[in-house]
Amino acid sequence: MIIVQQKPLHEIFQMARNFQRLLIVGCDGCASVIQVGGEKQAKVLKALLEMERRLKSKQELRIKAMSILRQCDRQIVTTSLHSLVDDYDAVISLSCGAGVQTLAELFPGKIIIPANDTKFIGMHDTKVGKFYEMCRACGDCILFETGGICPITRCAKSLLNGPCGGQAKGKCEVGGWKNDCAWVLIYNRLKERNRLDLFTKFRLPRDYRVSEHPRELGGEPEEKEETA
Amino acid sequence: MREAYSELMKQIKAGKFVFTGELEPVKSTNLHEVIEGAKVLKGHVVAVNITDNPTAFGYMNALVPSYLIQREAGVEAVYQMTTRDRNRLALISDVLAAGALGIKNILALTGDHTTVGDTPQAKPVFDLDSATFVYMLRKMIDEGVDLNNNKIENPPKFNIGIAAAPNADPLEPEILKIERKVKIGVDFIQTQCVYSVEQAKNFLDAASHLNTPILLGIAPFKSLGMMKWMVEFVPGIKVPEEIQDRIRKAKERGGKEAIFTENIEIFSQMIREIRKTTNAAGIHVMAVGFEWIVPKIIEHTGLLLVSSISLWRFSLGESPREHTQYNGLHEYGCSY
Repeated sequence: MIIVQQKPLHEIFQMARNFQRLLIVGCDGCASVIQVGGEKQAKVLKALLEMERRLKSKQELRIKAMSILRQCDRQIVTTSLHSLVDDYDAVISLSCGAGVQTLAELFPGKIIIPANDTKFIGMHDTKVGKFYEMCRACGDCILFETGGICPITRCAKSLLNGPCGGQAKGKCEVGGWKNDCAWVLIYNRLKERNRLDLFTKFRLPRDYRVSEHPRELGGEPEEKEETA
Repeated sequence: MREAYSELMKQIKAGKFVFTGELEPVKSTNLHEVIEGAKVLKGHVVAVNITDNPTAFGYMNALVPSYLIQREAGVEAVYQMTTRDRNRLALISDVLAAGALGIKNILALTGDHTTVGDTPQAKPVFDLDSATFVYMLRKMIDEGVDLNNNKIENPPKFNIGIAAAPNADPLEPEILKIERKVKIGVDFIQTQCVYSVEQAKNFLDAASHLNTPILLGIAPFKSLGMMKWMVEFVPGIKVPEEIQDRIRKAKERGGKEAIFTENIEIFSQMIREIRKTTNAAGIHVMAVGFEWIVPKIIEHTGLLLVSSISLWRFSLGESPREHTQYNGLHEYGCSY
């Protein structure tokens, strides 16, 4: 899932300072699941904004807080919001960067304020309340060969032929010897499975064209223009 | 077997026990110290490594000093190249430039991560890693083409080295990684530092099936502070208690001068033992900032034909502790 984190409040207040009519839109997708950008958080942000304005100025504020199913879906956004947005000067999005941009594209006349920073694609460990980055969307998955451990994401250097000399007792020098060395994890996993042949396999330089951005996928292939 | 293009490789192939040194261009436009350092090392080492932004500190590039020590000091360079700061296009450019400048050895490294250096905000590149870099070098040298098989006019000729971490814990993935690169085609291996013969043997045994010449790294202590820092802060380093003790006592006895003398004793003894009891191809001495100690250590081993035969006899004779010094010590070593 996409892991997001709310920006510091003063940054959100700063971006919203010139607008009196604000629509706060949460997203019931990833942001809601990790309790950063759902309806509840939209309502909390509404209360905080009203409090801040009351303290700083006497300006009349009109805020609506709501949430929609997914902000990264064009159709859902259109049907849920198109009749609403005209009543507001700006929209505060509690989604990831994909949601913010979907709103911006569908409502080009509106200012869209991102309330979150989009951090990474990751896993949620609810027990310890932590999120871990698990995928960098490199576009060329080799998890089958690496024991289900992604070296592109979990090796700080994204090495295809690790480990490097920067590990000690299986810990990585990047980040102060706290993170596991992905290549030692891969080694241990493959050794368990008696598949060290996969570990010693030499992997050619990556073709970065597969992750050349912006990427797109699907749809009908565009018809080639007929030339006379 | 691949051709020896460099003097370093020729001597290794001829079965000589070789020494290499190391010099570090710094954050300066002045190369005086590097060139003077090379002159000090000349005649004692067969080649000198020039570091490439070591531990991700932004210093002068390694190519210019590599060229200049060859031209100004007449010492062969081992041009260190990391994949941290350059994508494959820039690597190709620098490799071709090195060929034009008469460089004969390249040490292919991944490089320490940007975040451990003095410009931690930098975007790390790592387009290639040391293995894919070796692969590219082989294509350039052997086939005269780049990664996309585009033809190179006048392909460069280098001998390729890689680094190894003899103290890696766990060691097996390190060995398997070296094996991966050896299969692609490397000519020699230079290791991070070892501080005991046992540690050296441990690594040499684990890597013996690779049939690749290994130069073991040693790093004398410039001061007591440096030793303490390495013991305390460089993970994986274990300097034998006995050596620590000798350095500490030297400091008490006669300050800096005595530390230097003790270094010469400790490391020449270790080198002699390595020479006698292992199949190491040579020693890579890292004494950045006090290069003058390198000739003294090497002379004191008595392994190199030096001009003064009396000095040679002196150093052989004066080693009563030679056979007992390292008994009972376990695995040690360090990596910078």
